[in-house]
Amino acid sequence: MAEKSDFKIWEVFIRSKNGLSHKHVGSLHAPDADMAISNARDVYCRRSEGVSIWVVPSEQITATSPDEKEPLFTPSDDKIYRHPTFYEIPDEVGHM
Amino acid sequence: MGEEYSLEDRFQQYVEAENKVEPKDWMPEKYRQTVIRQMSQHAHSEVIGMQPEANWITRAPSLRSKLILLAKVQDEAGHGLYLYSATETLGITRDELINQLQTGKAKYSSIFNYPTVTWADMGAVGWLVDGAAIQNQVMLCRTSYGPYARAMVKICKEESFHQRQGYEIMMRLAAGTKEQKAMAQDALNRWWWPSLMMFGPSDDNSPNSAQSMKWRIKRKSNDTLRQEFVDKTVPQAEFIGLTIPDPDLKWNEERKSYDFGEMNWDEFYAVVKGNGPCNKQRIINHIKAHEEGAWVREAANAYAKKQQARKKQSAA
Ligand SMILES: [Fe+2]
Ligand SMILES: [Fe+2]
Repeated sequence: MAEKSDFKIWEVFIRSKNGLSHKHVGSLHAPDADMAISNARDVYCRRSEGVSIWVVPSEQITATSPDEKEPLFTPSDDKIYRHPTFYEIPDEVGHM
Repeated sequence: MGEEYSLEDRFQQYVEAENKVEPKDWMPEKYRQTVIRQMSQHAHSEVIGMQPEANWITRAPSLRSKLILLAKVQDEAGHGLYLYSATETLGITRDELINQLQTGKAKYSSIFNYPTVTWADMGAVGWLVDGAAIQNQVMLCRTSYGPYARAMVKICKEESFHQRQGYEIMMRLAAGTKEQKAMAQDALNRWWWPSLMMFGPSDDNSPNSAQSMKWRIKRKSNDTLRQEFVDKTVPQAEFIGLTIPDPDLKWNEERKSYDFGEMNWDEFYAVVKGNGPCNKQRIINHIKAHEEGAWVREAANAYAKKQQARKKQSAA
């Protein structure tokens, strides 16, 4: 008997309207991409939440691991000169 | 300085600072188990909750009410699916979750073990049962486990139509003939106490609750949520001329809240243990639907394989 576990897990991304990016909304099970799209429509778009859907097999996503958080993301923390507030410009100059 | 923090301590500080826990983050094993138990119980409740309402789809009194009821039941299926997929992020499979439900290892909300005997029950369920669920779910939008919190935000957006359509049914019946109003009152009489019990045992009898609050999984105590629900709902009943079936119900000016009577906890535990009016039937139906749907899953798999083979052939 075919069990659900034969179905892949797909991550679903939805663009709510043109001009905005696709945003992750959740996941679902489906045997292939076409059925993943139609399931995504039924599960995540019952109230015109979207104009475009992406589905990606979960296993195809490569992610950073939480253990790498420090080496990956902290080096940018001490580069405060990358932020506009680092520079003192007199008020008389106006908005810049 | 020099103080040693255990991973548990750091986790505790992290959630206390209102940070969210994401699937791959380190978490205490007990936290993982608690969130799996709570989310799956919640998912099962959404799914089993379709049965008492599906019971009335073919007998809805108008096309309008039939469309609404269909949409509501379909939403509950969606809620179950959002929650199952959020639960799977913690490393348990869908098959394991379904198996736990079907073998009675996992629980679902006891409220769905009561029968829906008249059309007015569709009103009372939407108004009171979805109403109580919303009270709980609004709190869960701030739960510490990220995927759970996000699923809740989406669910809450959809729930408010559920409660409003239920209240509308009650409002219409209450303003109808004598018989219709009596039907609405009867439904309120039967659903009131089970709805209050949806919030779970009182705080003194809810040992797991304290740890869940500490981990920020739960944000308000059972009794607090129950009181908020009563305070909101009593005026709604008064507005349509229905009477809450509680002789002890009384406004307390000092507390600015309603005092209400004691719940029948013997009944609560009997239903939790499986002796409610519909426990067996609900699970039998679920297993039957799952087994009868096996051919659909098989066909979908076969179709997917065929498509894949065709694509390969035409590429060759
Ligand atoms: Fe729901
Ligand atoms: Fe609902």
